[in-house]
Amino acid sequence: MARALLLAVLLLAAGTAWTKEASPAADDPQLERRVLAVAAELRCLVCQNQTIADSDADLAKDFRAQIREKLRKGESEQDIVRYMTARYGDFVLWRPPFKGSTLLLWIGPLLLVAAALLWLFRRLVAQREERDVALSEAEHARAARLLEPEGEKR
Amino acid sequence: MLPELGQFALALALVLAALQGSLPLAGAARGNSAWMSVARTTAHGQLAFLGIAFGLLAYSFVVNDFTVAYVANHSNSRLPLAYRIAGVWGGHEGSLLLWVLILALWMTAVTVFSRRLPQEMLARVLGVMGLVSAGFLAFLLFTSNPFGRAFPAPPDGRDLNPLLQDPGMVLHPPMLYMGYVGFSVVFAFAIAALLSGRLDAAWARWSRPWTTVAWVFLTLGNALGSWWAYYELGWGGWWFWDPVENSSFMPWLLGTALIHSLAVTEKRGSFRSWTVLLAIFTFAFSLIGTFLVRSGVLTSVHAFASDPARGVFILAFLMAVIGGSLALFAWRASRIRTGADRFGLLSRESLLLTNNVLLAAATGTVLLGTLYPLALDALGLGKVSVGAPYFDAVFVPTVAPVLFLIGVGPLARWRKVSLPELAVRLRWAFAVSLASALAVPLALGGWKPFVTFGLMLATWIAATSALSVWDAVKRASPAAHPWRRLAETPAAFYGMVLAHVGVAALVLGVTMVKGYETQKDVRMEAGDTVEVGGYVFRFDGVAKVPGPNYVADRATLHVTNRGEHVATLHPSRRSYFSQDKPMTEAAIDAGVGRDLYATLGDELNATTWLVRVQHKPFIDWIWGGALLMALGGLLAASDRRYRLTVPGWRGERAVGPAPSLLPHG
Repeated sequence: MARALLLAVLLLAAGTAWTKEASPAADDPQLERRVLAVAAELRCLVCQNQTIADSDADLAKDFRAQIREKLRKGESEQDIVRYMTARYGDFVLWRPPFKGSTLLLWIGPLLLVAAALLWLFRRLVAQREERDVALSEAEHARAARLLEPEGEKR
Repeated sequence: MLPELGQFALALALVLAALQGSLPLAGAARGNSAWMSVARTTAHGQLAFLGIAFGLLAYSFVVNDFTVAYVANHSNSRLPLAYRIAGVWGGHEGSLLLWVLILALWMTAVTVFSRRLPQEMLARVLGVMGLVSAGFLAFLLFTSNPFGRAFPAPPDGRDLNPLLQDPGMVLHPPMLYMGYVGFSVVFAFAIAALLSGRLDAAWARWSRPWTTVAWVFLTLGNALGSWWAYYELGWGGWWFWDPVENSSFMPWLLGTALIHSLAVTEKRGSFRSWTVLLAIFTFAFSLIGTFLVRSGVLTSVHAFASDPARGVFILAFLMAVIGGSLALFAWRASRIRTGADRFGLLSRESLLLTNNVLLAAATGTVLLGTLYPLALDALGLGKVSVGAPYFDAVFVPTVAPVLFLIGVGPLARWRKVSLPELAVRLRWAFAVSLASALAVPLALGGWKPFVTFGLMLATWIAATSALSVWDAVKRASPAAHPWRRLAETPAAFYGMVLAHVGVAALVLGVTMVKGYETQKDVRMEAGDTVEVGGYVFRFDGVAKVPGPNYVADRATLHVTNRGEHVATLHPSRRSYFSQDKPMTEAAIDAGVGRDLYATLGDELNATTWLVRVQHKPFIDWIWGGALLMALGGLLAASDRRYRLTVPGWRGERAVGPAPSLLPHG
């Protein structure tokens, strides 16, 4: 019943035209999702800071078509990324590979956080020790009166 | 003739800036009152001359004077008037002119709102700002003159980049620059404090409202940029970790840290040297941002090397500003590291300091990712791209603890708090956030670890914010009526809470849209329908619609939800007369719970078009959250206690910290 009502409303809204479900732009939406997932990791080489998935450029369309073709042939995502890197270099990857020249890039954030926390910890401990000294100095006069030899050593 | 007058006005402004950068500083050092009093006049003079220069450039745009090369490159006789005016800052030279004009505005604001400042302090602050102004004016005049003529003049201008022909983009640069340049005030305060050797609670109190207002502008500028990218670039993304975005995001991160560190310096006297360092670096990152965007180094290291005049100038200026201030810091910092109140390992101070260093580390991470490809390329070690997958992987883990600590800091006592006590105070907030984080994803059908984590952080911040309001009410004069107590709680406190709630809203928005957005790409003929997120889009064809300087293909989509009409969307493709490629204009139906986003793609044949429809749950919470943060900042800056004089500052050194702004000080 609800479905019939919905249809009636849709028909009314549509005026005279019959409505039909639009066909997906891609023949195989499942495949298209995989294509876009790979494309989102690749750089559009002729655009400024865009991914192959986002770009409207001809090159990006061509790349998407290549990825689609390769996936259809049964190649894996890694195969395609490897193929693209072999042809266009690391520049095409938005996620830089982990290797010698990118070592600092990948471990840098870890080092930064570690250094920050280390500095923080030392700072907190240092100022706590300062307080200990201050406390013992505040009590020094009394301590000196009670323990003369200890007081002189200072 | 008029453009030459504009150039003359710029030259006069440079002379005044040079005067302001020397005489008042010398006067403050030698106790010469007459020299110090020059600063006020020169600041006002710069504002006047830069206003004239800016007005003359705008006039050249309005009357389509294409003999001015800058106008010819960034305007067109068919460009609507509003965009001709916005074209003034649509390119390199004009946006720098806007930069120095805004600096003159901030300097004038300092002269107006800091009447109670001691004379040497005001002279030093304005002197430092004068030096910055002189640097930028020299850069403008010697490398980037906006008034340069080109003969013969072209018959028509090249037009403003169509992407910039948009209200969001008209407002984005001025907002951003108000933020960038606004940080020059706290920077100048920091340098002035180092010069005078006097850095105390009063200094922090003077600096705070300036920092907060600059931060408010930068928050709005970043949010506007993100919003603009979302609706203008046409594929529904809202943050790209683009180097240009990163350039304005880094000063924002550091500015956020600075606001919190200033709060501690004002109330407890701690973190003095750290605060000064942050003030220096926040402004330095504003300059680095300007350098990265303006030197062309981002497009290509080689483009930078082939036309190095501009880049080298900014680089030298950057080194002078950063190097000079750090040298001054190293020389004078030992003087200011005295008299701080100590605090325990677990205290509001230690929590705020933790957040501060993590924000600094996060800034470093963004800087690393932004500069790494440039450095690698410059060193000839290969070309790499650092994009969203990298930043998502390293930035989120760095910032997640910061978000968690937002919930803890405001509820922790100054000086010392015990872990069990804190745990007891926070347990209900924790229970609420855990429960909602587990329940909501289940209710929405689809449990994802990322969503649970994000929701937990968002509800945690919201719940603890509510708790801190409750606490404030309970503690402030217990005898009074609850409403009375709410009214007596200072504006700065509500500002903080509002800003934190804004962070919660932003985190919620990011989480929901990342977790549950859906999109479909379809081929549509008139009458076809497509469904995303429960909304049915019916395609009613495409019509040609003329615009002032373009022709558009404009589609009509009727959107219904369970048979009820929701919206009519008109995504279009514009062909600008001055461009080859058509520009997509997305159509958006915005809502509290979701945005519907439609884009028109290629024409496949006479009746069929590619259409992309997207359902984006809670996306507006991202910008709503930023807006709340900005409002919170404004509320905090409006606290009337910033406008009271600080008694006894003229004494040797303020005794102890200033009275607390927060109820549980």
